[in-house]
Amino acid sequence: MHVPDGFLDAPTSVATGVVAAAGVGIALRRARAELDDRTAPMAGLVAAFVFAGQMINFPVGAGTSGHLLGGALAAVLVGPWTGALCISVVLLVQGLFMADGGLTALGTNITLMGLVGVFVGYAGFRLVLAVLPRKLGSVPVAAALGALVSVPAAATVFTLLFAIGGTADVSVGKVLAAMVGWHVVIGIGEAVVTGLVVSAVIASRPDLVHGARGLVRRTSLRTGEVTA
Amino acid sequence: MGAGHGHRLHFHGHSVVHRAPAHLKILLLLGFVLTIVATPREWYPIFGGYLALLLGVVLLARVPLTYLLPRMVVEVPFLLFAALMPFVAEGPRVAVPLGGWELSLSESGLMAAWGLAVKGTLGVLASLTLAATTEPTDVLRGLQRLRMPDLLVQIMSFMIRYLDVVTSDLGRMLTAMRSRGVDPRSPRHWPALARTLGALFVRSYERGERVHLAMLSRGYDGRLPGDAR
Repeated sequence: MHVPDGFLDAPTSVATGVVAAAGVGIALRRARAELDDRTAPMAGLVAAFVFAGQMINFPVGAGTSGHLLGGALAAVLVGPWTGALCISVVLLVQGLFMADGGLTALGTNITLMGLVGVFVGYAGFRLVLAVLPRKLGSVPVAAALGALVSVPAAATVFTLLFAIGGTADVSVGKVLAAMVGWHVVIGIGEAVVTGLVVSAVIASRPDLVHGARGLVRRTSLRTGEVTA
Repeated sequence: MGAGHGHRLHFHGHSVVHRAPAHLKILLLLGFVLTIVATPREWYPIFGGYLALLLGVVLLARVPLTYLLPRMVVEVPFLLFAALMPFVAEGPRVAVPLGGWELSLSESGLMAAWGLAVKGTLGVLASLTLAATTEPTDVLRGLQRLRMPDLLVQIMSFMIRYLDVVTSDLGRMLTAMRSRGVDPRSPRHWPALARTLGALFVRSYERGERVHLAMLSRGYDGRLPGDAR
């Protein structure tokens, strides 16, 4: 769900653009600290993965379909800063090269999905993980719950922006109820898929999952005497 | 970028619009859509002017409209949202006769729907025109000239370079799933789909590591050489 041009008025669009630019700037620095000179190829490939994941549409009901947003998924798999950077790059490429989401709404889209979606998802993930027993099996459950809250959270922030700079005379309460209600449904799908994908990665390469750091038991390389 | 991956939206040509410097086109597009968004929606004739200007550029670029129009479907969900406005908005209502039915629509909602539809449509058409007349590599170079952080341009260029590789990887996986009787869209088969996406993540991540090592062995030091992109 990409906000197009003209949904929010010009001052709100410019303001979210400034927020998005600041957020992406910080994410760039923090991701470079995490990945050093691997940043460009790694973040590029993870962004391509998120884009591919978003191509799969699920029927949501009433003839419409939704797709994975991937904010919480990216945050759990590669960490919140790299994740925010990847989602932002996906939105930039979609807006600039595919006309998906308006150019003036790019800041809004990055703020909603790249910043709010990723960081609320990650915060939810961390909170749930702190409560659950410290074992690898808790990670997918926490990731799913993080994804579940991240989608309605992004919808709520969108409604707030709409209340400030919306171009339609709709009561904010109605929009909030409709948006949050609808996005809770989408969030459930997002949660199930996110949890399953994280558990699939943990089954094969738990060392790659950023959110599982500290839970993976390092096995030391054992070499035996070679007997002839 | 190394391999010649065709861009899905690019329409090959040699017109003035195609040859114009990319950074100028990006700035013009941004200024144009910002102006559209800032224009009060009651100024009806102005939007006709915007459309004429845009169609003039498309004509100048010799990109057929039949090429651009089908690609505007990305906008459809928002037209639906706009169409809902007259029904849910507040304010005085007007009765609109429609084939024997009387629809009670909100006046301000009708205005909002008009505003959303016209601004969204002009924005999509303008963005499509940029995408159709500018090679992705040129857009990247243009962004670089506009002082977008170098690292961000690099990440974008890697994403675009490997987009087709990763999506066709997924395409093959989905074909394999379907040939085994799995419907990737059905929630019943989400576990299988999730394992596929998990494998795709591991493959993409490992490809990134291999690409990085290949770059290191060619002397990469965190920056890309000027014209190699």
